[in-house]
This record gives sequence, C-alpha cells and structure tokens, in this order.
Amino acid sequence: MGNEAELLPGTLDLLILKAVSLGPLHGYGVLLRIGQISGRALLIEQGALYPALFRLVRQGLLKASWGKSDNNRRAKFYELTSKGRKRLREETDGWNRLVAAIASALAARPQEI
Amino acid sequence: MNLAYLRSLAARFFHRSQTESELEEELRAHIQFRADDLERSGLGRIEAERRARIEFGGHEGFKEECREAIAGNFIDVFLQDLRFGSRILRKSPGFAVVAILTIALGIGATTAIFSVVDATLLEPLPYPQSEQLVSIQDDFPGASARDVGLSEPEWQDLQRSGIFEYVSPTWFDENNLTGSSQPARVRLLIVAPNYFALLGVQPKFGRGFDPKDHSPGLIPEVVISDGLWKRVFGSDPNILSKSVRMDTDLYRIVGVMPAGFDAPGRTAEERNIEVWAATSFYGAPLSDHPPRNRRNLPTAVARLKPGLTIAAAQSRLDALVASLRKQYAADYPPQNAWTVQLVPLKERVVGNVRQSLVLLLGAVGLVLLISCVNVANLLLARASTRGREMAIRRAVGAGQARLTRQLLTESLLLSLFGGIAGLAILYLLKDFLLRLVPENLPRLNEISITWSVLLFAIIASVGSGVLFGLAPALQAGRVDLNHALKQEGRVSTGSGERARARRGLVITEFALSLVLMIAAGLLLRSFWDLLNVQLGFRPQSVISVRTRLPSPNDPSVDKYATASQEAPFVRELIRRCATLPGVEEAAIGDTASIPLDESLRDLKLISEGQFLLTVEGCAVQSHHSTVVERSSVSPDYFHLLGIPLLRGRLFNELDNDNTPQVAIINQAMAQSYWPNENPLGKRFKSVKAGAPWITIVGVIANARTQSLAQADLLQIYLDLYQTGAKRLAILLRGHFRTAAIADEVREQVQSLDPTLPVSGAQTLDETVSASLSQRQFSVEMVGLFALTALLLAGLGIYGVISYVVSERTHEIGIRLALGAQRRNILNIVFRYGLGLAMAGAAVGVICALIVSHLMASLLYGVRPTDPLTFAGVALLFIGVALVACYVPARRAMNVDPMVALRCE
Repeated sequence: MGNEAELLPGTLDLLILKAVSLGPLHGYGVLLRIGQISGRALLIEQGALYPALFRLVRQGLLKASWGKSDNNRRAKFYELTSKGRKRLREETDGWNRLVAAIASALAARPQEI
Repeated sequence: MNLAYLRSLAARFFHRSQTESELEEELRAHIQFRADDLERSGLGRIEAERRARIEFGGHEGFKEECREAIAGNFIDVFLQDLRFGSRILRKSPGFAVVAILTIALGIGATTAIFSVVDATLLEPLPYPQSEQLVSIQDDFPGASARDVGLSEPEWQDLQRSGIFEYVSPTWFDENNLTGSSQPARVRLLIVAPNYFALLGVQPKFGRGFDPKDHSPGLIPEVVISDGLWKRVFGSDPNILSKSVRMDTDLYRIVGVMPAGFDAPGRTAEERNIEVWAATSFYGAPLSDHPPRNRRNLPTAVARLKPGLTIAAAQSRLDALVASLRKQYAADYPPQNAWTVQLVPLKERVVGNVRQSLVLLLGAVGLVLLISCVNVANLLLARASTRGREMAIRRAVGAGQARLTRQLLTESLLLSLFGGIAGLAILYLLKDFLLRLVPENLPRLNEISITWSVLLFAIIASVGSGVLFGLAPALQAGRVDLNHALKQEGRVSTGSGERARARRGLVITEFALSLVLMIAAGLLLRSFWDLLNVQLGFRPQSVISVRTRLPSPNDPSVDKYATASQEAPFVRELIRRCATLPGVEEAAIGDTASIPLDESLRDLKLISEGQFLLTVEGCAVQSHHSTVVERSSVSPDYFHLLGIPLLRGRLFNELDNDNTPQVAIINQAMAQSYWPNENPLGKRFKSVKAGAPWITIVGVIANARTQSLAQADLLQIYLDLYQTGAKRLAILLRGHFRTAAIADEVREQVQSLDPTLPVSGAQTLDETVSASLSQRQFSVEMVGLFALTALLLAGLGIYGVISYVVSERTHEIGIRLALGAQRRNILNIVFRYGLGLAMAGAAVGVICALIVSHLMASLLYGVRPTDPLTFAGVALLFIGVALVACYVPARRAMNVDPMVALRCE
C-alpha cells in the first residue's frame, strides 16, 4: 500500500471534475478514471462519490443524462458544463499555486532565513 | 440560485418517485459494473456480485447522503420533524394542552393589545396621504402660553405662503337644531370651505363646500354626518333637498358624510362631529375686517404642498413668522416670542393616549414572556423523561444539530398551535373585548384584526417558540450517551445542568411577575389616592343639566346677545328650578363651571381660546403663568358646591351690567400674583383688545374643580350676570332622581323658550368618576395582567418543587430511613422553595425599580420607590410561593421510605 496518498478535504470535487473533463463517465467510471490518472495512488471511497456527484450537479458544474455503457447497460453519465470547465481551470490554477508555495516553504534551508 | 439548483429542487419535489427510482437504478448499475470487473478478474458471477455489494456497503446510507446532496433537503427534513413532533405531542395530550393554552393566553392577550396600539398609534390616519396633514399651533412661549389660536389675517398669510396646499381653521361649537319634534344639541365644526378638499374625503351623497367660495359670513350650506342623518332624519333618501335651522338660521343640507368618518380632533367631542358649516371667517357675525391680534380661531389644520416634508415646511414657516413679527411689530410684542409650530395631525389625535397604550403593551408583553418561561419549564421537565430517546437517536448516528433542530421544531409546533388558538379566542371574543375599551379612545372604530395584527401574531408565536424552545433544545442535544442509556428511569442526580436551568427559569418568572405586580400596585395606589382625594367641594346630591342659547348669524336677532338681555332669563330659570320638588339649591354657570368635566372644559378652551391676562401694576413675569382657568357663575354657585369664602364677598345683586366687572379668585391665584398683599380691590384684564378691567372682590378656597391631580391651578370666577354665556349648566342640589329632575328642568327651560335643547343630565359623583375613567381602565388592565402573572408564577414554582421532590424521592427515603423527622423534610422543601422565591423577589425588586421610574409620570401621590407597595407585593409573592410549595412538601413528607428505597 505504499503508493497511496491521503485525499485532502475538498479535493474530491476537483478530481471528479478533472476525471469527467477527459470524457463523459458514469459513477463507477469516475472511480476507475481517478484511480487510473493518479497512478493508482488515490482510491476514492465509494460512499463519498455519489453524494459528491449529486452536489456538483446541484451546483451546476456537472450535467447528468441517462445513456448506455460499453456493455449495453443503462447508466447515468456525467459531463462537464461550461461552468464546470471554468471552475476546473480556476481550481487547478489555485491548487498549483498552493502546491508551489508549500513546496517552496518546505524546501527552505536554515541558510536562507 | 441558478437554473441547475432549481432543476435539482424540482427533482426533489416534482419528480420525487422518478428521482428515487433513478437513484436506485444508478447504484445498482454501479454494483453491476464492479461485479463485471471482478468477474473479469476471475470470480464467478454470483460471487462477484456478492463481493461488489459488500464493498459498496449499505444502500440506504448512500441513498440518504445522496438525497441530502439534492437541493431542498432542509424542507424535507423540516417536514419530517413536523410529522415526528406532532406524533410526540399526540402521545402526551395533557402536556400539549397545558402548553398550548398557556401560549394561547399570552399571545391572545398580546395580540389584542397590539391591535389597539396598531389602529391607534401605528396606522396612518384614514385620509389620503395623511402624512402631509399637520395641525397648526400658535404659541407665546415668552408668556408661557401654548396653543393660543390664530387670527384671520394670519390664516391668510399662511395660505399665501406657498408652504401649504390648503389651510383650514376649525372652530368647534355646539348649535341648537330646531325644526324636528325636540330641539337638539348638535356638535358643529365651522371650517374653511376647503376643509373636505384638505382632508381628501368626499361626502357619500351630495358634495362638500366649494373651496373657492370666499363670500363673507357663514355659507348657508351644511354637510351632516351619517349618524345625524340616521338619528334625526331617519335616513331620509331625499335629504339633499332639506334644510335645517341651527341657532335660528336656515341652512341647506348639501352633503352627507360616509358612516365611520371621524374628524381629526383631540377629544371625543371634536371627533364625533354631526354638522359641518363653512365660512371664510370674516363678515357678520364676525367682524368685516378682523384685526391681526384677535385670535378667535382656536385650531387649524393644513395639508402641506406635495413633496414637502414637515421639517422643511417648519423652517420655511419659521422664516415667515420672523418676517411677520418684524412687519407687524405692534401686534407681536417681542416679550411674547410668537412662534408657530407644525404638529403632525396624527399626534394631535392620539398624542395623549400614547403613554397609557405603551404601558399596556409593555405589561402584556411581560405576561407573554412569563408564559414562555412557564412553557420552557414544562419542556425542560419533559426533556428529562426523553433523555433515553435522545440518547438512542444519538447512538444510531443523529448529529447534535439534528436533535436540536428536531426539538426546536416541536417547540415551534407548540407555539404555532398556541398562536392559532389565541387568535381564534380573540376572534370569538372580539366584540366583548371592544366593549371594555373606554369610549373616548381615539380611532376606536378603526380597531380590527388586520393583516399587520396577524403578522404580529405570527411573529410573536415564532418568537415565543424559539424563546422557550431554545434552552431545552440545546440542553437535550448535549446528552451523555453512556450515562443516559444506562441510568434513565432511575433517580438521576446527574441532571444538574437541567435543574439549574429550571431554577433559573423560575427565578426569572418570579422576577417578571413581581415587576408587573408592583406596577399594578403603584397604579392602584395612585388611583385610590385620587379617588379619595380631598375635593374641596361637595359633589354629593348635586346634578348638572345643560342647555344652550342660540347664536344666530345676524346679531340683531339674537335675543340673548348681551349679558343684560340674558340676565332675566337666567334669573327666572334659577327661580323656577329652585321651586322644583326635592331641590334645595339651584345655581347656573357656564358649562366650564361643571367641576371636572374634561370634555366641556376642552370645549370652552377650543371655542373661546385661552384666557391670557395682564395684571394692573404688574409687569408680565415669565415665571407667572398668565393663563388661568375661568368660568362665569351665578352668585349661589359657591354655596351650592360648598366652596368656602376666605376673604371679601361673593357676587350679589349690586353687580350687574352697569357696574364694573368683578371677579372671585381662588387662593392659589391670590398667592401666585399677590403673595404679600391683599388681593381684594386689585384689577386685571384680558389681553384681548377692548377688554374691561376686572376687580377682585373675593377669594375662595382652592378646590379641585379642574383636575383631581392638581390642587392649585389658578382659577377665576366671573359673574354670569355681567359676562353672559351661551352654553349654560344648571346645577341643582337636593334629593331627587336624575331622570325625573332632568325632565322637569327641560319643562321649565322650554316653557321659557321652547327652542332650547336640554341635555346631559348627570350627577356630580358620576362626573367625578368619569374623569378617572382612562386611569381606571389602565389599572384594571394592568391589574388583570398582574394577577395572571402571579398565577403563572405560582404554577411555575409548584412545578419546579414537585419535580425536585419526585426526583429526590430516593434521597428523601434514605433520609427518613436514617432517622430524619418528617417535619425536617417539610422544612427542607419549604426552605428550597423560599430560597427560589427570595432570589426571584430580589431580582424582581431591582427590575421593578427601573420600571417604576419609567412610569413615574403616570403615578399620583406615590413615589416610584414607594416602600409600602414594594414590601407588600414582595411579601404577597413569597406567601404565594409558600402556598405553592405546600402540596409537594406534603407529598415529600408522606414518602414511604420502603417504597422510595426500592423505586428506581
């Protein structure tokens, strides 16, 4: 289990948005895709996923529609709205800035003070 | 709130079943996908599905979380709480009924008083754009005189100033209406022709006066009230072709006002006008060129130009006043410091009942607060029996916030039911309650259950619910799970916080009730003192009957124009009345001479203006009030009323029209103006132009003929045979029945002149108590509230002590088993109750001191810190507390230790 990282609170929404941005997915597919793009380091708890999906739909960042999956099962597919795309961009920028700042802080050496 | 949110909301409410099945389907699909993956990795289908299902966990928990994520969750939760709450209440109907009734009492009473306050103080006057209506008040602050009236040239100045759209002086009077079976006295308002345009009201039949009519004298048209039309003319449909004769003059009826229309007056008489007549205030019977300093127009109303605020208008008016004072310096002596004030018209109508109404609202608000405290106590008591239920709910996962919300919803349910019950009772008792309100309350006919009253009831209900529900709700949320699950049902001494909360509530309840009771006590003492005050005259066995001599518009046909023309009528009338059966003494005066009749005194003030005087040989000093009360009386007046003469003489036959005017003053006036000299022989006169000098011939003792509360108002009596008066009061002392003697007086009056109306027969005792009617109403109401509060406080303490006793039954059993005397147990309980009561009394006394200072102006003869009242009420309360403790104390005393030790 050495590869796994802990999910910081609030980042689940961001990951879902990113996963869905790569192509419309149903709920299980989002789980798989997040695992896939994170190099299997982030495994989402199944219980947290669907409430988050519903919340994102309510906020207008995702839109849901019923369709057929690869193996002809009926499933509800989620895709990004334009608002969702915009939010994804903003959140990603914000995240990157945060990470850069923390990394720089953590790399400080005693000589630099 | 965007489209997506609304779509989500719609999914919850409109497509609920579809959404539910979709949720189910989506979650099942998820499991199938997972099973597919597992199958691909080698498991059998059935095993794969089983594994997937286990991995996923409980369906219901997920579904619940998903449902929460859809918009509008709080509404569903609220509805769920409501359903649960009503089920809980149905299971304990006794508690529910008590709580709902207590709240109904509080909210019903508060809403009732609020409806009166709303109609009287809050709602605008029932005229269009009534905030633009003002009353014009002329003052002479330099001479300590207010409301001195205005003159016709001043009225013209105001109209031309551009500040007002319309200005109309108003002149209240009575007239004799003749032509029907009995001559009747009617309340008349003489106004400028623009009056109805000013108010913005039209008659329901016919028309008002023509605003552009500037002809001299009185326009020969009148508008009558709906009441008069029904009473005297029997709702005659052809009323507009009729004429009436008032004071011997003929007027055409041109309009009838709608029912329920009240003129904006300060007194009840001024509001219930029966006839309106119009004039431009010059020409016979008034002067053709009225001088500027003849202030014969006592009141005036005006409508500001649209868009002008009262403040802006006032500053423009001040500028106008300044320029007029310079321009007509002779008419405005600088020491008077003439100013003109604009007062909002509503203030004039309701100004003098504002304080009493606010007091009532405060008192009833306290009652509502106390009933909330009572219900909070009840809820806390119940909470201890529901501790287990709460603990179980917490154990299966309910959050503290959820439990708090649930309990708060139950409280709101209680308070809303209570509010509805209160409103229903109020609606049913509406007519009965209205009859309790004193008749002279302004705007009485506007009191009804309006939307703002309903809104107030709703806000009061919700507010009460939150108020009494918050403490128990927060309390219950903080349950110690272990303790509660194991211990509930046994005697728990661990609910210390709850017990402290209940104690605190009872002390609060006590304190509030004490405040209310002390307020009631102080008011009662004031009332009692006033009722028993030394009057200075003897009202027993005296009745007053009124009549009025007409004032025709043409003075040459006036039979009673001068005092000497009137004197034979008056003399003959006195002589005849003195011979009536049962009459010992008779006297006549003008209507202001009837002691303590406020409406008549106001009438005189309104129609004749204030009596400003200058004293011979005395420069006007501003600390002297140059305004005095005056009336004209016949010589026997003083003896009839039992007012003793201190110096000099009373009026006698030597005083008549041809001899200098004489006056009798009271002791207060003598001491005010001539403190170290003999006032007999000194002279004074009215400031009106052409007034004669008046010589003082006698000094009588002070009597409370103007006001019960003030003994030393300055009073002047003039000789009726010298001044004359149109409005007469016949005073008779003797032994007779009021109704019988009134008829006999009417016979005598009408045998002398059949056109004179006779009305208003009343004993002086009735007049004296009528002058206290507003105060009496306040005392009755506040007293009622205070008794209710006392009852509630008593119940509160009873509840707490009972609860404490039942909680500690185990402990009491132990004490008894160990040898305590039953008497000791009794003492313990009583001491506990006494402790609570004294704490409540202490807090209450401090609050009452603050409150009593606020109501100081309503008190008479008692200090706001009157120790007798405070001590008496405190003792009463402690007594009630001890009585309330008695039953639980006896129960404690009779505890059987064997049962107690065994009970869980």
